[in-house]
This record gives sequence, C-alpha cells and structure tokens, in this order.
Amino acid sequence: MTTTLQLTDVRKTYSSGHLEVEALRGITMSVDEGEYVAVMGPSGSGKSTLMHILGCLDVPTGGTYELAGTDVSRMTEAELAEVRNRRIGFVFQGFNLLPSMPAWRNVELPLVYAGVHRDERRRRAIAALEKVGLGDRVAHRPGELSGGQQQRVAVARALVTDPALILADEPTGNLDSRSSADVLALFAELHESGRTVMLITHEPEVAAAAQRVVRIRDGLIDQRVAA
Amino acid sequence: MNLVETFRTALEAIRSHRLRSTLTMLGILIGIAAVILTVGLGQGAQVQVREEISKLGSNLLIVQPGSATSTTGVRGGRGSSSTLTVEDAEALQSKEVAPDVKRVAAVSSTSTSLTAGTTNWTTTVNGTTPDWEQVRARSLSAGRFIAQADVDDARPVVVLGADTVAELFTRGQAVGQTVTINGSTFTVIGVLKAIGSSSDTSDDDLAVVPRTTYAARVSTGGLRLSVSTIYLEAQSQGALSAAYQEANALLLTRHGVAAASADFSITSQQSLLKTATSTDQTLTILLGGVAGISLLVGGIGVMNIMLVSVTERVREIGLRKALGATPSAVRRQFLVEASSLGATGGLLGLGLGVVGALVLPHWLDQPVTISPLAAVGAVVVALAIGITAGVYPAGRAARLAPIDALRND
Ligand SMILES: Nc1ncnc2c1ncn2[C@@H]1O[C@H](COP(=O)(O)OP(=O)(O)O)[C@@H](O)[C@H]1O
Ligand SMILES: [Mg+2]
Repeated sequence: MTTTLQLTDVRKTYSSGHLEVEALRGITMSVDEGEYVAVMGPSGSGKSTLMHILGCLDVPTGGTYELAGTDVSRMTEAELAEVRNRRIGFVFQGFNLLPSMPAWRNVELPLVYAGVHRDERRRRAIAALEKVGLGDRVAHRPGELSGGQQQRVAVARALVTDPALILADEPTGNLDSRSSADVLALFAELHESGRTVMLITHEPEVAAAAQRVVRIRDGLIDQRVAA
Repeated sequence: MNLVETFRTALEAIRSHRLRSTLTMLGILIGIAAVILTVGLGQGAQVQVREEISKLGSNLLIVQPGSATSTTGVRGGRGSSSTLTVEDAEALQSKEVAPDVKRVAAVSSTSTSLTAGTTNWTTTVNGTTPDWEQVRARSLSAGRFIAQADVDDARPVVVLGADTVAELFTRGQAVGQTVTINGSTFTVIGVLKAIGSSSDTSDDDLAVVPRTTYAARVSTGGLRLSVSTIYLEAQSQGALSAAYQEANALLLTRHGVAAASADFSITSQQSLLKTATSTDQTLTILLGGVAGISLLVGGIGVMNIMLVSVTERVREIGLRKALGATPSAVRRQFLVEASSLGATGGLLGLGLGVVGALVLPHWLDQPVTISPLAAVGAVVVALAIGITAGVYPAGRAARLAPIDALRND
C-alpha cells in the first residue's frame, strides 16, 4: 500500500502578539491509502490544527508534511488550491455553507473552481445530494434545512469532486443521534468505495467504526494508546 | 474558473447587496453625469460662440480708427475722430499692394432718425459700397442690395435691416416704399435677411445707403471722406494673417506712422473667436474639475465599499479558497465586482447626462453638446475608476489565508 499522508515531527505554533501557543508539538504519523482513521482527544489538544494541516488549509511551522510523496511546503498557493480542489474533500466543524445559495449551488462550488461546465456541475451536485439522501432538498437554502441536513450538504460538497482523501472535523458534533448515524453511514460507505477517510470525534461509538484511532493530547500523539 | 463564471459570481454578489451596490453606483453615476453635463455645457457654449462670430462674415478683418493700445491721450479713442478715409479703403483694394485682400467695404455710419409716414425710428445709417453684402456675409429677404450704379449716381436708395422694417412698416411690403432720412426721401430697395444676433448692437436693426448718397445727404460737416470702419475679406482662411500684414503695412505707410504709434487697429474674427473660446474653455476646465472631484469621491466610495465587502465576506472568501479558489481567481472576482459597479454607474451616469442634455437647455437657454467621444470616454473612465478602486481590496482578498477566514470563533 502506498502512503498517502506522511507527517514528520510536525509542529504548529500560533503567535498572536507576544503570546505563543504551541498547538502541535511534534507529530509523526502516516496514513495509508484507503484507511479509515478516527482522531480523538480532549478539547484544545490540537485536533483541528492537525486536520487543517492535513487538508492543506494551513502550513506547519516545523517538520514536513508529504502528500502522496510531495512536500506541501514546496507548493505554491495556486498548487495548494488545486490540491484542495481535486484531491481533498473537507467537512468543516461548522458547516460553512453559503447561506444565500441553495443546497445544490453550495455543493457545486468546488466544481466551479475545477472548471467543470455548468450543466455538468448541476448534474453532479444533484447526484451528490441524492447520495446523501437530500435529493428532495436541492433547492433549499441552508437556513431552510435542519442541522443534520446541513451537515449532509457539507458532506455532499466534500465528495462531489470525487476526492481520494476525505477529512472531517467533528462531523457529528452538532447532530442528534439519528443524524449522526446517517452521516457516519455515509463515511463508512465512502471508505468502502476506496477513499481514505479521517475524522475527528469525541464519541467512542463513532471511533469504533474506524479501522484505527489516533489519540492526541497537548499537541502530541498519546503514546499510551497509539498503535 | 473562467471569465463567464467570474462575472456570474460577481454579479450575484452585487445583486445580493442591492441597496449597498445601488448607493455605490450612485456616487459614480452622479460624478459621470456631472462631468458629461459640464463638458457638454462648455462645448455647447463654444459652438454657440463660434456660430455667433462666424455670422460676422467669413475670413473677416475689421479695421477701426484709433489705437487699442493708446495711452498717450494724443489720439482719440477708437472711433471718436476717424483717422480712416475712403482713400485708405480704395488703396486696400489694390491687388498689387494687398493681394490677399479679396474685398473691401468701407463704412461710414451715424445714428439718426428714419421716418416712414407717421412712424419714427432711430437707427444706425451706414454709407458703404456693394461689396458690404459679401464682406459681411449678408443676404436679402426681399428686393436687392446697393449696386455700383447707385454709388456712382449717389441715388437716394436704402436697404433696411429686418428689425428696422418691422419698426417702420407695420403692414405691407417695405420694398418700393419711401423713408425720410435727414430731410431727404429714400426709396427702400431691399430688406436684409435677419441673422438673429444675440448681441446688443443688433445686426438686424440698421439702414444701408450708397457711400456717395451718405456723404451728400446723411452725414453732416467736413468728415465726408472719413470712414468709421473698413471691413476686409481675406482670400481664404489661410490668407487671413497675410491679409492682416498687408493691410497693416499699407495703412502705416499711408498714415506715415510707426507700428508702435499706429492710429488704427485691426482685429480678426479669429482673434475674437480665440478670446471667446478660451474664456469658455477656462470655465469648462474649472467646472469639469469640480465634476471630476465628485467623480473621484465616487471612486473612493467604490473602494470603500469593496473593502467593507472583503472584510464582511472573509468567511466566504476563505471557504472559496478552501474549496479550491486560487488567489488569482479571488482577485479576479473582486476586480470584476468593482469594475462592474464602476461601469454600470458610468452607463447610468451617461444616461442621466443625456437626459440632462435634453432637458437642461429648456431652463438654461444654453445648448448642451454631448459628443460620442465624451460619452465613450465617460464610461471608460468609470470602468477605470472601478478597476483602480478594486485593485487594493481584491489584493487583500486574494492574500487571505483560508484558515484565518474559516476559524469558527
Ligand atoms: N489561530 C489561533 N491562534 C492562537 N491559538 C490558536 C489558534 N487556533 C487554535 N489555537 C490554539 O491551539 C490549541 C489547539 O486548538 P485546536 O486545534 O482547535 O484544538 P481542538 O480542535 O483539539 O479543540 C488550542 O489551545 C487553541 O486555543
Ligand atoms: Mg476543533
């Protein structure tokens, strides 16, 4: 199996003014292609920071992150944009939907930047919404949808480009147990279809669905349980 | 993302903030309309002045007695006691001495009373030659002008201005009737076509008689050989300055004076035109400057709104970047947004300007001319303002890191 993600001694220090916060203090880990990994850890331990680096939304202040063998710190802004667009589907902790646009327009957004033709975009966006069980809600705006439905729109947006890597930051955090189950079923399905799936969760039953659990504490991998 | 998509996204953003976009465009709109109208007013005034002056006659030089620059008090002011004579006028007709002078019309004039039946009217009576008609670019609405035979025989005939006819003859044809000037009876042989001068000394209220008749019957005293104005028509527009030089040299020689103490002055319609248009141009530049400042303020408005828009849409920009928007795609989107605001404001401003150009003349009694160049220029300027105002905000948006924009707190 080829290694899709390789983190080597990754550090991230946030500095606001003279205040410095070490969110990640040397993470070394790898995730193989097609793996289903759950990331757990207390609040403020650096899980979101790690996810953002993996998703090329942020850059580490130390160490290296290689994505399919390429050091992302060597990539230009435009190349990173393309990686985010073509290879990664990110499900944010908040839903991050544009409130003025109907569900299908939110879902087609990555395809706009991928240069896909308009009709094709609409077709694929609706197909993705059908896949998450929202075929009858394509024209609804986020405000007209429940939390679980909004999260499913966000998942549809993450998979519409058919990316190899799906990253999700607490995708069930704001959901009731039924919606949670729906969303988790979706990730299981994505994993079965061969994608690499990585998600952050607090809930043990969510983590149980994954092949592997990585525990983070104070910006470090918790060695007591790490495999 | 291609250009069509960029435009669609930008227009969507403009539409979703309808009130704000409208107010922003209003700034540009008013600025452009103000510039178009002030420039149009200036150009309209220039056209008016040019028409006014060209009515005086084409390629015209006007020789008047006295010096415009005299400060000595030795010579009289312009026209007070004439230093120009009929001989001067005849000498100017010489093709050898003044080849660039085409026609010469010497005029002696006085203000006097005309009587037709029981009606009195005081006007300027001019004694001149047949060439006056061409030199002054006049034509007749009835009858004929003075002929050489009228001059040779000093016939008691008169040609009247349109306004003079209206004052003297309330009914019927003027031509063929008689008027009394200075105790002599004159026959009206022609009526000049009105030229509708807006100046106070109307070109439509006058009487023209043969020079010889004027000397014999109208003028009094010993100034019979002096003339009040000599009108010269140059061979062409290009010959105007040559004609000026020839006339000036000839008259200096004839009067035996140096150029510095010339007892006459020559003005051209060209110099009148230049003075008049440069005055108007100054005004146009001044007003245009004020309007330009309002346009600048409009541009600053666009920039301000774009900056607000970037700040307000940090989340949206971050999300778009997280989903794969490149910095240049983001920059383009905001540039297109700003320039669309500018161009739309410009087009609407042009519309308002055109409406103003149609409506304003009714109130101002001033023509407003909008040239296609000014119209196209206005829209281009508005577009340029939009782009300029968008550069900085767009750059800021493009530099936003996706993660800074997406933070949940
Ligand atoms: N932009 C930031 N500036 C300063 N500190 C930050 C920033 N983002 C996160 N942190 C800090 O980094 C640490 C890890 O945060 P985060 O990765 O969000 O944790 P988690 O997702 O596990 O709750 C926290 O102490 C948090 O306060
Ligand atoms: Mg978090």
